[in-house]
Amino acid sequence: MKLLEREKEIISNELQDIVDEYQSKPENLIPILQKVQDKLGYLPLPAMEKIAQALHIPAVDVFGPATFYNQFRLNPPGEHQVKVCMGTACYMAGGSIAMESFERRLNIKEGETSPDRKYSLERVACVGCCTMAPVVVVDDEVEGSVTPTRVDGIMLSFEASDGEKKQEQVEGPEKEQREELEKEEKSEPEKKEGE
Amino acid sequence: MNSASIGDFYAEIKSKADAKVDALKEKPVVWIGTATCGKAAGAMEVKEAFEEAIKNSGLDAEVKEVGCMGYCYAEPLVIISKPGFPDICYGYLDEGLANRLVEDFLMNDDPCFEYALVALETNDYFPTFSDFPRGVYEEKIILEHCGFIDPGDIDHYIAREGYASLAKTLRMQPEEVIREMKDSKLRGRGGAGFPTGVKWETCSMAAGEPKYVICNGDEGDPGAFMDRNILESNPHQVIEGMIICAYAVGASRGYLYIRAEYPQAILRVKQAIQQAREKGLLGDSIMGSGFNFDLEIFQGSGAFVCGEETALLSSMEGKMGIPQQRPPHPAVSGLRGKPTVLNNVKTLCYVPPIIRKGADWFKSTGTPESPGTAVFSLVGKVNCTGLVEVPMGTTLRNVIFDVGEGIPEEKGFRAVQIGGPSGGCLPESALDIPIDFDSLQEAGAIMGSGGLVVMDEDDCMVAVARYFLEFTQHESCGKCTFCRLGTRQMLDLLTKITKGEGELSHLEILRELAEDIKGGSLCNLGKTAPNPVLTTLRYFKDEYEAHINKRTCPAKMCPDLIVYYIAPEKCSKLCNVCVGSCPTEAVYTREDGLKAIDQEKCVKCNNCLKTCPPEYNAVVKLSPPELLKEKEGNLS
Repeated sequence: MKLLEREKEIISNELQDIVDEYQSKPENLIPILQKVQDKLGYLPLPAMEKIAQALHIPAVDVFGPATFYNQFRLNPPGEHQVKVCMGTACYMAGGSIAMESFERRLNIKEGETSPDRKYSLERVACVGCCTMAPVVVVDDEVEGSVTPTRVDGIMLSFEASDGEKKQEQVEGPEKEQREELEKEEKSEPEKKEGE
Repeated sequence: MNSASIGDFYAEIKSKADAKVDALKEKPVVWIGTATCGKAAGAMEVKEAFEEAIKNSGLDAEVKEVGCMGYCYAEPLVIISKPGFPDICYGYLDEGLANRLVEDFLMNDDPCFEYALVALETNDYFPTFSDFPRGVYEEKIILEHCGFIDPGDIDHYIAREGYASLAKTLRMQPEEVIREMKDSKLRGRGGAGFPTGVKWETCSMAAGEPKYVICNGDEGDPGAFMDRNILESNPHQVIEGMIICAYAVGASRGYLYIRAEYPQAILRVKQAIQQAREKGLLGDSIMGSGFNFDLEIFQGSGAFVCGEETALLSSMEGKMGIPQQRPPHPAVSGLRGKPTVLNNVKTLCYVPPIIRKGADWFKSTGTPESPGTAVFSLVGKVNCTGLVEVPMGTTLRNVIFDVGEGIPEEKGFRAVQIGGPSGGCLPESALDIPIDFDSLQEAGAIMGSGGLVVMDEDDCMVAVARYFLEFTQHESCGKCTFCRLGTRQMLDLLTKITKGEGELSHLEILRELAEDIKGGSLCNLGKTAPNPVLTTLRYFKDEYEAHINKRTCPAKMCPDLIVYYIAPEKCSKLCNVCVGSCPTEAVYTREDGLKAIDQEKCVKCNNCLKTCPPEYNAVVKLSPPELLKEKEGNLS
């Protein structure tokens, strides 16, 4: 997936400051990666290369931890983020059925982002709401007892809210982002590395 | 160091805190549980409703946030304290009930007993905790204050004897503190059960400066959430435990390692550290004693293996979380090569009560070899899910059937999975074992972090074993060959079995692989990863054999071994729900008006079975799939 202009700017202007904030110590790599991911939403390759340069360590020592820990994502989050819980209780209550339904409806696989960056689908380990299993976290709202019918309902509400947004939308970064994306060729969704 | 001045210091902050908390007793207060579990159930909306209603009523009442009491099944929960009434707890709150409680109880003195769950103090009108089986079996040491105090206000903790143990500790010699801990026989609650006092002693005698204390809050087990809950509901008890530990071993710096997936826990702990610093309980010369210690949070990035102490330490040094060979133990050479004590959240929580009440008091609960209590997160097919604290030595039957009030819909008990992915599945026959570290090990499971997942007759044990293995296989760090490749092989075999492609010889290979992985792995992730498979093979071998010999899933759970079928004799021609519910248009109406399923299109999502009205109950699962031909053959 190509970088957006905004992302390129952050990488070239702000990364150095973040690394400096942690005294350029390789020991602080994980807090640095966390901060960068907070800013960008994910860890694109050029960002990781830049961090390695700033810390004076080989790039592989950044890729290693970035791919090792579950928190770090290598592809951008969608406008709508769907996280399906696969904790024990949710699995027993049909978490995989919910996952499959989203995969079918969004036409992407677990861990991917749709090419228009509109949706991303992830699996998470327990979110601690085991009593409401199976649980799906949709844009930070917890949905309990999710069946394929509920999945259809969630998708409908996305479409409805996006319809409203389009009407309200004036100039703004979001519009810019969409225009930019429209210019891009449609590429296949990238697979998350290491899976 | 002047012991009288420490006493004065504590007396002063205590009297201030008491005054603040006593002032709250003068007016009605609504305490609302807003830990992550409460929020997911809608606690914030309920809180707003209370605030709005109180504002409109013109009452002088307050709404305060507390953590979680552990009664997760009844969330959102509130406790209402009103002068002249016992404190009463209400469950299953929504905006409507909030308005009603303000109007009837706060304004008009009717406590609405029909919605009350339990009263917190003995009274003449309503039962208290000790009148329910749950209250009889539970004994709370570390969850004692969770859900009853405001985690965002240090004074609420101090008013309940908080930091009294610290004041006592600072007037003791470090050796006395360690002796008390050794006497108490407290065993680490992270899972392995290593004696905490011995760990502290090793660290205190090790050479090297500075020494570190780390609290392990990297709770990665799916299905366990007690550490999150404690950090969100009562962070000060953990912090107090850490300061006491630091004093005993001579550490000057501490870290709380908390998963980044727990944003609210991180927020609460940050607040707590800040407030403790302001009170002079952290930082330079704590309580004027001349002892210096400060704390920081490190956000873990989500790797199950980082629960292992050496892996946790390498992740704090900016590397991948890969375990190291022990010895040297972290107590001798840990973070940055310095002596480091690493204790679990729960272990540290036991420290203040032990110091305050003494080792003998602690040993009076539980079993001689595992004194104290055990905290479980009770989830799965059980009526009253939530957090449970019972004395060690309580049986699983008491926990599941008395505290948890049994299995919903009167279904049969199948198994209980204890200890998360490293634990095992225990059958009915193991329910009467008194739970402690050693008895569980004998049964093939482990105490682990205390996840307790109850399964009923609809859960397939082979699929469960496969689920846990998939988890550990994914989380294996890749250092040891046996763990990296062996778990992969086991997962492939189990996948074959759940697809009906298994052979009887696979069971023997599974067992061999399991033993090899246990022997050939460095850390406990690998050593325990085969446990779910070994225990299910031991207790539920017939289910494996049914999958292999008859291509049947007895619990009708494995998608490749079942088909959905609509029984024509039960189907009502007039109802169309199943057709509408099907996401792939596999359910259709036949010429005679009955419904049927196109097996080619069916994705086995269970939706038609769920939506078929109970008066018909026409959709059934068949296993093995061959039964379908038989049924359809009969028809034509």
